[in-house]
Amino acid sequence: MSTSEARKAGFLAIELDGAGHENLATAVLAAESAGFHAASFKDTPEAGRTNALQRAAFAGPLTRTIAVVPEVDTVYTEPFHVSTQLASLDYVSGGRAGWIATAAESPEAAAAVGRSFAQGEALAQEAAASIEVGRRLWDSWEDDAVIRDVATGRYIDVDKLHYADYETPAGFAGTAYSVKGPSIIPRPLQGQLPVLAAASLVGEGLVPADAVDAVLVSAPTPELLSAEIVDVRSRLGASVAIVAELDVVLDSRGQSAASRQVPPSESGHARFVGSATALTELLDSLLQDADGVRLHPAVLDVDLEELSRLVLPELRRRGALRAPVQDGTFRAVLGLAPAENRFSTTAAATVAAGK
Amino acid sequence: MTREIFQPSGQIQFGIFFQGVNSGTIWKAAESGSQTDFESFRHIAQTAERGKFAAFFLGEGLRLREHLGRPHALDVVGRPDAQTMLAALAAVTRNIGLVATQNTTYNDPADLAHRLSSLDLISGGRAAWNIVTTDNAWTGANFRRGGYLDHADRYKHAEAFVETAKRIWDSWETAVGPARRVFHEGQHYTVDVTPRLPRSAQYRPVLFQAGDSPDGRDFAARQADVIFSAHPKFDAAVEFRRDIVARSIAAGRGANAVQIMPASEFILGATDQEAQEKKAWVRSLQIGPQQAIAYLEQFWGRELSSYDPDGPLPEIDPVVEETSETRGSGFHGAKARQLADQWRAEAKDKGLSIRQFVISKTARIDSTFTGSYTAVADHLAQYARVGAVDGFNISPWLIPTGLDEIVNHLVPELQERGVYPTEYRGSTLRENLGLETPARSEDPAQV
Repeated sequence: MSTSEARKAGFLAIELDGAGHENLATAVLAAESAGFHAASFKDTPEAGRTNALQRAAFAGPLTRTIAVVPEVDTVYTEPFHVSTQLASLDYVSGGRAGWIATAAESPEAAAAVGRSFAQGEALAQEAAASIEVGRRLWDSWEDDAVIRDVATGRYIDVDKLHYADYETPAGFAGTAYSVKGPSIIPRPLQGQLPVLAAASLVGEGLVPADAVDAVLVSAPTPELLSAEIVDVRSRLGASVAIVAELDVVLDSRGQSAASRQVPPSESGHARFVGSATALTELLDSLLQDADGVRLHPAVLDVDLEELSRLVLPELRRRGALRAPVQDGTFRAVLGLAPAENRFSTTAAATVAAGK
Repeated sequence: MTREIFQPSGQIQFGIFFQGVNSGTIWKAAESGSQTDFESFRHIAQTAERGKFAAFFLGEGLRLREHLGRPHALDVVGRPDAQTMLAALAAVTRNIGLVATQNTTYNDPADLAHRLSSLDLISGGRAAWNIVTTDNAWTGANFRRGGYLDHADRYKHAEAFVETAKRIWDSWETAVGPARRVFHEGQHYTVDVTPRLPRSAQYRPVLFQAGDSPDGRDFAARQADVIFSAHPKFDAAVEFRRDIVARSIAAGRGANAVQIMPASEFILGATDQEAQEKKAWVRSLQIGPQQAIAYLEQFWGRELSSYDPDGPLPEIDPVVEETSETRGSGFHGAKARQLADQWRAEAKDKGLSIRQFVISKTARIDSTFTGSYTAVADHLAQYARVGAVDGFNISPWLIPTGLDEIVNHLVPELQERGVYPTEYRGSTLRENLGLETPARSEDPAQV
């Protein structure tokens, strides 16, 4: 029998795309006060959706506890801009930012920026390159590079700034490119933002597992999700956090979940349809193996209310959730150690595994 | 109907330019705060809003300035991404406009237009785009596209870019859709997109532009709502206004279609004497001995650390023919040897040491308003009366408290004189600037 002391408590993230930009403040504050550890923002091609990273930035100063984690594409974006934007997100959120690195598989996205359509293996290569550029640029300023030394007139110590000097590897499927650096913004507050990616993008011959901090695992049904978590864990090892993806439709306001008119989902995620009690059981069980679960409510304000009132309090009571920490970092939510700087000139040369 | 006669509004407004990479922000003062912490940005933006400022500006940097082949060490450097920061500031402000400087060369039009629309919607119609161009391969080294644009092409390219962005913003038939597809095929890029976002409360982002060459002024007269100019001195401002009015009319827009906000710095005090003393202190911190030498090194292309900052300019010649763009695009292309001869003569003539000479070249000589609150308010009221400018874009020399005395002392003096707003006119930037709703592009689907 597991006790709250014995078990490893997990975390819960909630997808807030459904809030759009109109109700963003209300939604993110509701998610924070419900006790969610992270809010994610999709970058959907659907009409009416504003830029995910900017929604996350807007949410940053409104909140104190919840991590803000946008999806940002790696294929049709400029890695230098993406790195700067994400580092900036970390500043405006007080070190609570993360990045869900996605690889857009869309001819429309390619046509919009006048590039040829990438698919298959090329997607993982583009993602891996963008993540590597981002990480090098984040490390390109050492933490103590800004010295403000009045005696010598130096604002920065140039020995603590480094060129990223990135080049796409030989055999790169897309158009080869290079990025010089250093970043135009000092190292993010977290040093390195946690990078998340779909498990399908990560692995041998894809984005290397040590390039990401967490993977998003999905399966066709709730029943298959547990098995998939175990499978991905055995494939990628213990150093990568596992986040299970789950769509939810809950009994609400006197209506059973099954009778609620919600649009069909094309997310490819398992979908839970039922009562808050049954969802609590499912999450409790998923959190035995996964480090966290990301919930995708069918109708944000309806389902968030049920989650907040009935599901999270019970999970906390059971010790299945760790306590959210005010002014904590997203790295801490994921249980990551402080990020070593690959270019560090001060620390003993423990140029760690590239995170 | 376009008016052919310019009508002064009788008012001026303020914008704040939070500089990220510059020698004007003094970091050596004890009260100088962080240039990257969100709290600095929040303090400045909320102070500006308390002072009814129209706009909060952020610059953009796409590569760190270099000095003799390494990052430049002496000035403030390192800044957040403009739109990310402005989206965050949108959450903690209500009325102030949010202006992002964004380059047309290393962005894609569909992506940039989408992100600016996002900022506009998230902020309730307060976004603006300060349009800038780059043409150097040194900056290009940070981007997939690399260096690809000739100097001569940059306004042509920028204009096609802006036209495409406007068509994207105009593509929704109504506030709820549907969108019309936008297609553009040009020399440097192709865009084929069905835009995702509706119009904002101010229809589309306000456009700022800072070009000053004849090409740049024509570009602004055709495309921009506001020019971020470099001519704040009264006579020069009046002349610049006359020129822009003529160009706006020639472009088929009204005499009042394009507003003007010059870059400026304010050094104020209770008395003129106090302000003058403060100015000497500010200048001494902006240009220290090392900054003075480093400034010359950029043009000489060699180390000059053996020279005395309080002595005369170096007698040796520059080792470069042209200064490099690595200092930033403003320094691009100056003939170094010619310049050195000219400067030596000028410094000798005026009896200036290296440091005094560099202060005379770099301090915001033209753009600085120094004096007591009442004297400066009287002076600015003259601008308002004749419509020399529509406002001033203020670069504070201290972060984060550099606007405090302007808002606490100068703004009330201006309000008393009836030349400065006492309330925001509306909730959008376009309303607050008094700009008209832009005409819709003819047919967004046209090439």
